[in-house]
Amino acid sequence: MSIDRRNFLKLAGLGTVGLAASPAIDLFASVKVPEVSKKSGKRWAMVIDLPKCHSEKDCTSCVDACHKTHNVPDFGNPKDEIKWIWKESFHGAFHDVGHEHLKEDILHGPSIVLCNHCDNPPCVKACPTQSTWKREEDGIVMMDWHRCIGCRYCVVACPYGARSFNWRDPRQAENMKDINLDYPTRMRGVVEKCTFCEELLAKGKLPSCVDACKAGALTFGDLNDSHSKVRELLENNFTIRRRPGLGTQPQIYYIV
Amino acid sequence: MSDKRNIIIGVIIFILLMTIPIWLNLATGTSTERPELEKPKGDACVMDKEYMTSYHMDLLNEWREEVVRNGEREHIAPDGKKYDRSLTNTCLDCHPSKEKFCDQCHNYLGVKPYCWSCHIVPEEFK
Ligand code: HEC
Ligand code: HEC
Ligand code: HEC
Repeated sequence: MSIDRRNFLKLAGLGTVGLAASPAIDLFASVKVPEVSKKSGKRWAMVIDLPKCHSEKDCTSCVDACHKTHNVPDFGNPKDEIKWIWKESFHGAFHDVGHEHLKEDILHGPSIVLCNHCDNPPCVKACPTQSTWKREEDGIVMMDWHRCIGCRYCVVACPYGARSFNWRDPRQAENMKDINLDYPTRMRGVVEKCTFCEELLAKGKLPSCVDACKAGALTFGDLNDSHSKVRELLENNFTIRRRPGLGTQPQIYYIV
Repeated sequence: MSDKRNIIIGVIIFILLMTIPIWLNLATGTSTERPELEKPKGDACVMDKEYMTSYHMDLLNEWREEVVRNGEREHIAPDGKKYDRSLTNTCLDCHPSKEKFCDQCHNYLGVKPYCWSCHIVPEEFK
């Protein structure tokens, strides 16, 4: 079939009408389709009050609760260690921030550390399969374990040591006999880390570490909400972040 | 000697060889009948039965994608019931025995989903 000049002009004319009418069509479209309903415009963050944390001597409630909730294996040796939230020495966590004459208890007490859910996460840039990415709707640096190929680029890219690789089948760990049936384990050959308990947030609950803290030292909330508890704490206390010079913009803040 | 006899013997041997799988099946007692499945709990599945029989793997892929990547955890069944999109907590809630339900078909077909390396089968932890 060939097109003659007359038909060509008719079609072209129709196209022009279409173009002219497109704003009107858009108007109808925006009525029907709800605007990006998923984007809640939140920015989750956490404030950790170290002096409060130290008021409970040798407490491990937050670590225990998190690792129990997410079936994090414990092989009892540092080589195979998997950690989502853990205790670090102050020097280990803040070697570029502190100095040797800091308050004794801060300097020698433990610092609770976890994934910083950075605004500018280097692990995300390193991941070749988009197994890890920053959620636009609330800033959580998520993991999709179904896509992880175990290349460990992210482990190397993370300056906070927040990512662990499963060298062994996690189900073989002694503590996995007492498993939480509600959350999957991982398998040998994948990387894992804290997800800010996104599965609990989805049900309107707080992250399990925050919920478990006896001293009330962990505060979780929305940075974009000017009335949130985290904003109040940040406005009324001097806070620091881990390795600020790297430009990763961590979203875990510390009151020291 | 006539060629006719040889040809007939040849054809019979050929037919026997071609139908070996059938004889073997008869001899070993395996059959081509549908495996027996444990009766599910509840009145209806999360989609029509026909769809589930043929496409449950696609549905599971969709669930996984929606939950993990889009944070959308709710499934609405054709009958209007709402379900949490979860392999362990939803599918295995109504089909509690992976062994007597899922595996029946999968073993028979030689399919081995790798999901259970991570997703928990509650009956294995009792
Ligand atoms: C509310 C209970 C319930 C839930 C939840 C449920 N099922 Fe079902 N399922 C059933 C019932 C009941 C049937 C039988 C339906 C029928 O016979 O009409 C069935 C049928 C099936 C079948 C077809 C079996 C056959 O005989 O061909 C498959 C496959 C299946 N389900 C898989 C799943 C998977 C996978 C999930 C999770 C995504 C799931 N089911 C969740 C109740 C459930
Ligand atoms: C009626 C028989 C039947 C039942 C019952 C059944 N499956 Fe399947 N399953 C199949 C078939 C057929 C395939 C597709 C095999 C293929 O395409 O290679 C399959 C494939 C799958 C796959 C994809 C595997 C892969 O490697 O891609 C998953 C996941 C799966 N089934 C999960 C389940 C779960 C969970 C249950 C129990 C709740 C279940 N199935 C029950 C027949 C069944
Ligand atoms: C490497 C471990 C791993 C493997 C293998 C795996 N998953 Fe998952 N899966 C997870 C984790 C961890 C989650 C996150 C759970 C959450 O956020 O609630 C998840 C979530 C899911 C979810 C949504 C939530 C839930 O509780 O079920 C579905 C559906 C799912 N996976 C399906 C599958 C299917 C189907 C397979 C096999 C084809 C599979 N997964 C293999 C680790 C795994």
